[in-house]
Amino acid sequence: MSFGTPAYDISHLLGGGVLLLSFVMLYQRRIGAVINAFAVQGALLAAAAAWQGWVQDAPGLYITAAIAFGAKAVAIPLAFRLLLGRLGQHKAVETSPGLGVTLAAAIGLVGLAVLVVLPVTAGGATPLARVDLTIALSVVLLGMLAMIARRNAISQVIGLLSLENGLILAAIGVVGMPLVVELSTAALVLMLAVVAAVVVFQIRDRMDTLDTSILDRQRGDA
Amino acid sequence: MMPLPWILVFLPWAGALLLAALPPRGRLPAFVNIGISAGSLLVALALLGHEHGVQGWTRIDALNLPFIAVAALIGLTTAIFSAATVEAETFDGLRARAYHAAFQVFMGAQALALVSDNMGVMWVAIEIATLASVLMVGVHGTPAAVEAAWKFFILCGVGIALALFGTILLYLAAQPVVGSGDPGLSWAALRAVAEQCDPGVLSLAFVFLLVGYGTKAGLVPLHSWLPDAEAEGPLPICAVLSGLLLNAALLAILRAQSIIGANPAALAPGPFLIGFGLASLLLAAFALWRRRDARRLFAWSSIEHIGLATIAFGIGGAVASLAGIIHLLGHALVKSAVFFAVGAATQIKGSRQIADIGGLASSHPALGWGLALGIAGLAGMPPFALFVSELSLVAEGAARFPWLVLPMALGLLVAAAALIRALHALCLGAPTPDQPVRGAFALPGGTLWATAPVWLHLALAAALGFAAPPAFTALLRAGAELL
Repeated sequence: MSFGTPAYDISHLLGGGVLLLSFVMLYQRRIGAVINAFAVQGALLAAAAAWQGWVQDAPGLYITAAIAFGAKAVAIPLAFRLLLGRLGQHKAVETSPGLGVTLAAAIGLVGLAVLVVLPVTAGGATPLARVDLTIALSVVLLGMLAMIARRNAISQVIGLLSLENGLILAAIGVVGMPLVVELSTAALVLMLAVVAAVVVFQIRDRMDTLDTSILDRQRGDA
Repeated sequence: MMPLPWILVFLPWAGALLLAALPPRGRLPAFVNIGISAGSLLVALALLGHEHGVQGWTRIDALNLPFIAVAALIGLTTAIFSAATVEAETFDGLRARAYHAAFQVFMGAQALALVSDNMGVMWVAIEIATLASVLMVGVHGTPAAVEAAWKFFILCGVGIALALFGTILLYLAAQPVVGSGDPGLSWAALRAVAEQCDPGVLSLAFVFLLVGYGTKAGLVPLHSWLPDAEAEGPLPICAVLSGLLLNAALLAILRAQSIIGANPAALAPGPFLIGFGLASLLLAAFALWRRRDARRLFAWSSIEHIGLATIAFGIGGAVASLAGIIHLLGHALVKSAVFFAVGAATQIKGSRQIADIGGLASSHPALGWGLALGIAGLAGMPPFALFVSELSLVAEGAARFPWLVLPMALGLLVAAAALIRALHALCLGAPTPDQPVRGAFALPGGTLWATAPVWLHLALAAALGFAAPPAFTALLRAGAELL
């Protein structure tokens, strides 16, 4: 499988789409738009998993695709939308730090991923695995950037969730990876727990706003 | 019948279901919790006679057996300590259920992390242990507990995600050699083929696994969740976080290290481990001086000791690895003893500030002297295992990397001095007035529920250092050879 064959090109396209959505998430100012971008990324990830399932003839990946679609494209965005509605924060805006700085950092991180992965995998790995891994690492790094750049609890969690999308993208791209379905499901359980924690704590209004900087007041003597 | 290693995992998990279903009235759940933990200890002891080797996703070898035994023992003593202190935590029904069930889920998950041969299963186990411990840390629901749990969740969530990326890379490196299917993630299989794997991908995998699991092991600069988690969770959690979770995470790093180390062309893991270890040791040694909260003080001391053990594994070789293993086991025993004693003291004195807990040795001699001995043990004084391991670590370090001795000795001395200062403040001098928390040690026997585990742990830590049975020493040596 190499450049020019549909199997390669479509995987590449879907992976690139997931990465593109990571950028889209970074430059949104409204939380609602961040959630939408995340939902689209989840759907693209599901499509990528299903495509790999077909290409690799690995039926297990269809399960991964179905779970990813149900949870990431539908359930989690819906839960966050409902939460925002309850808190009346549909239009909440946040800008920290500047978007220009964030995007410049994001491009730098993608460059870093390319510089790290491509030389290292020059030896044995297949071309698809190499490109897939580069994209996946970029998505992981952009997820971390989103967590650092945002102060809002929901956008931070979405950063973590999109980081996890990168992991799934890496796992499905490695041909013959054992336990893919189990690992991706387990990772999803962790993410669902994070989401549940946010929802529970926000609704019980332990914190009046979604701003996590409020938590910084609760420091022991650390 | 289910193989023994799986019983060690599923017995606590079945117990967790039972504890979640039991009505949380009275003292029944606390005693059921003790019963399940006692059962787990019996299974762990039976495992000592189990034949070594891979069995499906699990493996029993000389490296994990001592950790399994010590973890099960600490699980039992923690359950005993918990029974006497849980009333004073004033849980409502739901929280009491969640607390007891999460404790057993955690015990099963850390056991699975220790016995798994499959790196993917190990990852899932550490993830479940994370979820259970987050639940335990945040169970009080106070703003401080919520913050501690949130910090724990986000930091360890990122850490665990990076570890998964490392696991995927590990398989990617091995895939051309081992092909598809379960063996691709088996530690034994990966180690056997590591030499033929692509060294570049292996190195990349190690970096991710080290940073990922290093977050869970509390290595500086990924440690900041640990002091908060230990200060804000219910008392017994400190003992299992410091004693079991950190060990399980470090063991995962060691498994990864031994795979990467088997390929001479890949990155040498040693310098990375020494770097993280030294950073942890030095930062913690100085941080110990500024702590006013007793629980945070000993959380920082855990960071220091995990750092020391990491240095030992970074130096490598049979002697240093043996010192590292003894250090981890000794630290688990002594630190949980100290947390039992400090926990009891905070409930008796009604405060966890060091300034409010004073003169324990004269007001509560059994508890106070136990705490004093425990702190002295953490400071590296004989007759405990930590003295033996630190001595042999420094000697081995001096022989192999002379430059390492100066920063290591500095860290050890600064930390020991800070701990001795805390010992003076907490145990000696004039006693501060008692202001017991309501419900503390209400069970018949009073503080015996804390002092008995404390002295048992101290006796075992001393035995581990100076009077271990030859068979056990041989097991530890064989474990060190595996690395």
